[in-house]
Amino acid sequence: MDYLLTDEQKMVRELARKIAVEKINPVAAKYDQSEEYPWEVIKVIAEAGLFGLFIPEAYGGMSVNVLSLCLATEELSRACGGIAVCYAASALGTFPIVLFGNEEQKKKYLPDLASGKKVAAFAITEPEAGSDASAIKTTAKKEGDHYILNGLKHFITNGGDAETYVVVAMTDKTKGARGASAFIVEKGTPGFTFGKKEDKFGIRASSTRELIFTDCKIPKENLLSKEGMGFIITMKTFDMSRPGVAAQALGIAQGALDLAVKYAKERQQFGKSISSFQGIQWMIADMATEVEAARALVYSTARMVDNGITGVSKESAMAKLFASDTAMKVSLDALQIFGGYGYMRDYPVEKYVRDAKITQIYEGTNQIQRNIIALQVIKEAAR
Amino acid sequence: MNIIVCIKQVPETTEVRINPETNTLIREGVKSIINPFDMYAIEESVRLKEKFGGKITVITMGPPQAESALREAISLGIDEAILVCDRAFAGSDTWATSYTLAGAIKKIGGFDLIICGKQASDGDTAQVGPGISAHLDIPQVTYVKKIEEVKDGLMRVERMMEEGFEIIETPLPALLTVVKEINEPRLPSLKGMMRAKTAKITVWTQKELGLDPQGIGLCGSPTQVVKIFTPAQRKGGQILTGEPQEVAGALAELLKSELS
Repeated sequence: MDYLLTDEQKMVRELARKIAVEKINPVAAKYDQSEEYPWEVIKVIAEAGLFGLFIPEAYGGMSVNVLSLCLATEELSRACGGIAVCYAASALGTFPIVLFGNEEQKKKYLPDLASGKKVAAFAITEPEAGSDASAIKTTAKKEGDHYILNGLKHFITNGGDAETYVVVAMTDKTKGARGASAFIVEKGTPGFTFGKKEDKFGIRASSTRELIFTDCKIPKENLLSKEGMGFIITMKTFDMSRPGVAAQALGIAQGALDLAVKYAKERQQFGKSISSFQGIQWMIADMATEVEAARALVYSTARMVDNGITGVSKESAMAKLFASDTAMKVSLDALQIFGGYGYMRDYPVEKYVRDAKITQIYEGTNQIQRNIIALQVIKEAAR
Repeated sequence: MNIIVCIKQVPETTEVRINPETNTLIREGVKSIINPFDMYAIEESVRLKEKFGGKITVITMGPPQAESALREAISLGIDEAILVCDRAFAGSDTWATSYTLAGAIKKIGGFDLIICGKQASDGDTAQVGPGISAHLDIPQVTYVKKIEEVKDGLMRVERMMEEGFEIIETPLPALLTVVKEINEPRLPSLKGMMRAKTAKITVWTQKELGLDPQGIGLCGSPTQVVKIFTPAQRKGGQILTGEPQEVAGALAELLKSELS
């Protein structure tokens, strides 16, 4: 299929594919097992310039292009969903600064994030504030020229390995959702420590940690936009980043499909390759069709964002929902085609099942995505 | 430090197919790539530039489509690219090729170092690098696996040998051929790829170079290919199984029958 990509987008895809094949495929199983942060691959991605895809040229990036970011994330995920999310989570942590940072903040933080010298993380989730983000308890109290942060964030991707964090905390609890604000917090700030690293089912190459704030004093200049903008910043950030999660799911689905097709051609049973059986062929046909449908949705949504169309919450949610459900289904079908071998860790396909699962959960569970879609569809019908 | 890197575009395959009637390589359907050994030459030049500054020029002799190899070199960090291309150069052997490339390098001028891969993966002769240094009358060090030091117009390198290595010091300008142990080539960068897409590739023909017509192309090539063929695939060995004593006996019998 031709996706009508620009020359630049084709280059991004080619380069990310090269990194995936040459640098990620050989080490994906190793990092899945060891759960170490894949710095060697992050360095390659950085040197290739892919961290610049979500940062304007004025700050050392390549200009912001969500479709390019999706293409890079998709290709990296095709080889390893865990390594790819280290990259994509840095985009998530960077978008609030790109979208809402003032000139000083952009100048201070973006160049190192564009070069990949540092990675970023975004922190909103708390033990009791998952889908209900308004329930966050972390507080930021203004004292003179500083804010004092207290509280706990958990399940933070890139937590502990990122240098630059965007943290959402309550500046005025009485105002509810309108009392939240977003702050840039640097690793190493006194009072900012990390809790345990989570032992995960999938995306094990990525790090997930607790962030602990104990009277953490940050300069007032680190407030993003204004007090009370925390949730608006979060929503706008997710609008930009959700196509990226969808792209991660899409890449996992494509990677699982690639493995299944290759295996089906090689595996001999009843004297012929199992790809000659209609039962397998129909599975492959469905898997390939679903992957293309997911791709169409992801690319269209990314193109809308790149063309400055606002109010893409519904499309973003649809792309994330459909691509992640596709990743889950296609990776399970791929494992089925592998038969007993697919269940064994010696074969790469079971990892795709584990990596796929998280895409149905994070950046808004698929149930929350359905809420967003339904609300919007019903609202549109009322017009 | 100004560096010239010589590269060759080769077919991407380890099983080169040969047309039995014409004794030439079958290139249809085979993707062309930069000779893998030249990738190490490119990488080393970029590392030297990062350390000492200067300019890197990449040069290749080949058909017009060799331009894609030059663009790839630019995406990896090379500054300028020259394609030496003329029907008059067709049919060159290693002698004529090195003469022609040496002529082009003289025209570039002002270089401190020339780096080549140790050999091309298609021809496997390892002669063009040394040939260039002979035509330019500059020192050469082949099979370099490490550049130890560059100081006061001298370069000290490690040269890989069958057993161990030699440490050689050479005055500059000099020509090195490098082995794969010297570095791990980087991938291109997005900015490099964008630059490569629009970069101007200089093309030099015999007209620009004005070389001795007797020294170029088929005419300047003393090598005659008498026969070219694909060697027969090595047959798999025979595995003897059983008790050690039986196997030893069977082996002795087999060896005897092979020798008789």
